[in-house]
Amino acid sequence: MSIEIPREEYLFSGHTGCPGCGAVLAMRHVLKGLGDKTVVAIPACCWSIIAGAFPYATLNVPLMHCAFETGAATAAGIKAALEIRGDTETTVLAWAGDGGTFDIGLQALSGAAERNDDIIFICYDNEAYMNTGIQRSSATPWKTWTSTTPANTPKETPKKDIVATMMAHHIPYIATGSVAYPADLIAKVRKAKEIRGTKFIHILIPCPPGWRHPSELTIKIARLAVLSRVFPLYEIEDGNHRVTVEPDDTRVSEYLKLQGRFRHLDETDIEVIQANVDREWSRIECLSA
Amino acid sequence: MKKVITGNHAVSYGAMLARAQVIAAYPITPQTTIVEHLADFTADGQLDARFINVESEHSAMAASVGASAAGARAFTASSSHGLALMHEMLHVAAGSRLPIVMANVNRALGTNWNLWADQTDSLSQRDTGWLQFYCESNQEALDTVIQAYRVSEQVLVPSMICLDAFFISHTAEIVDIPDKALVDSYLPECNLVYRLDPANPCTLYGVTSAEFYYEFRYKLHKAMEDAIRVAREADDEFREMFGRSYGLVEQYRMEDAELVLVTSGTAASTSRLVIDELRERGERVGMLRIRMFRPFPAEEIRNALRGAQRVAVMDRNMSPGQGGIMAQELRSALCNTPDRPPVYGFVVGLGGRDITTDVVHRVIEEALATDIPEDIIWMGVKV
Repeated sequence: MSIEIPREEYLFSGHTGCPGCGAVLAMRHVLKGLGDKTVVAIPACCWSIIAGAFPYATLNVPLMHCAFETGAATAAGIKAALEIRGDTETTVLAWAGDGGTFDIGLQALSGAAERNDDIIFICYDNEAYMNTGIQRSSATPWKTWTSTTPANTPKETPKKDIVATMMAHHIPYIATGSVAYPADLIAKVRKAKEIRGTKFIHILIPCPPGWRHPSELTIKIARLAVLSRVFPLYEIEDGNHRVTVEPDDTRVSEYLKLQGRFRHLDETDIEVIQANVDREWSRIECLSA
Repeated sequence: MKKVITGNHAVSYGAMLARAQVIAAYPITPQTTIVEHLADFTADGQLDARFINVESEHSAMAASVGASAAGARAFTASSSHGLALMHEMLHVAAGSRLPIVMANVNRALGTNWNLWADQTDSLSQRDTGWLQFYCESNQEALDTVIQAYRVSEQVLVPSMICLDAFFISHTAEIVDIPDKALVDSYLPECNLVYRLDPANPCTLYGVTSAEFYYEFRYKLHKAMEDAIRVAREADDEFREMFGRSYGLVEQYRMEDAELVLVTSGTAASTSRLVIDELRERGERVGMLRIRMFRPFPAEEIRNALRGAQRVAVMDRNMSPGQGGIMAQELRSALCNTPDRPPVYGFVVGLGGRDITTDVVHRVIEEALATDIPEDIIWMGVKV
């Protein structure tokens, strides 16, 4: 996919993200897609820190830090206020981590989605509470090591299917995104911007400290997640599925083996994960046919 | 124009006349009819507002915070458990210095589950940084919503208007509905300097270290202190324009009073009858009604109580393990005053139990009969 990526930067240098942080790149791409007529609401997450402590600021668009569980409700309030004040152009973006989306933020997100509030909700998902030190969330995959699911008793349940959850709300646009495919991500963000109602974009974010991988592997791991079908890239527009980046025959082990959080997995575990990924991929393929 | 309407309807008239622009609310008895009436005003074009029918009170306040941060005049209403669920967001709204106005219908907290009048819901939010006003009548509830926007938008601190469940919320009285144009001239358009504006990007409410946090709290407190003057001016100007005012506290027959009964909310109306009766008998009793509770108008209260021999506080609220909350505040305001009078803390009317004239008589009799008060005095406990 070829796309003109705007030269404008809405993310200043000097942010306080970790080296190799995928969440910083994701924000940079997303804002290039949305442009300057954007207001961002950020509930508690890594980005509460990355954005800079008072009196410093990282973003060159209006940003409001809000309470952990309120990303969607805050964005809905901002949108209503802008509209009643006569500004119908500005996009309101709620930007939350997996905790602020899958867990504590789910109720407000569900409320906004059911009302079809005109916001874009982006979940940058690093699959655990990374900002507080790698505790498991409901976005943490099966058998993953985290600081609250030690390697000898890793997480026992699968990752929550957030896309299916959002599909159940009948919102007009849902997509997955990856920092390894910025053109795909920016195209999706641009499409979301033009649609009225609640738009949900789920971005998988490699996290070097939390996933236990070297910081230079962020993009590689993000790409392997897509190619191995662990995290397929697709969109659902008015209920219609479309795969936007075709995966190849990469095995999930290629993705898993680069990450310390999966070091304790044995061959059987990896086979089970491969089988689950294959099953989920055929479901998505079937829906996209 | 005069109408016979309930207190909840009066509050919705207040929000409509104040031209609330974003209303995010969640149903809870006995608040619900406030937002129902506002939905009607919006539907029939009397009010140009965006409604957000949120899925919880927590989101109601979150959406109000977002709306206010983007520069709109935000209104919501809640009660009891709804207010308790908002607790986190009350801190956020005040810390963010947003002039949101909320009506809270004072209702008891569970368990035991109870729908009736009790001020513990709002008084247990006293440290969140909201201005708090306790209303005695439907008219006052309407007028206070309008006054609150004026004060809040000047000092940048949110306001909570408190009204007793059912005694105000669901009781119809004659209410004078102010003229819309007159309200417009009393209450200028909401124009926040610091707001979410793509033409002037700024980051709001970021992480703040100990280097600056202390100063933010200091400024919030100073704004609260300033609110005493601003609220007094707003009330004075309201009197000039609308012919009514309420004061921060109301003094009733306080001249030469030896015993002062301190009340709030609708208990004041009942107390007024008892004070009249006792005055006719030549007893030197008066009443002080607390209308503004946050900021606590301590100086005005100290001045009002100068000369009083005894102070009897009727609290329709209770902090378990301590006692009536207004009594605590009174004691705290008086403790550094020489020759301070003893403060009798009566806990009455919890969970909507009637505060009748008989109860008020017994409160006064008990305060007159005892020289050294207990920390907490219960009336008519059936155990």
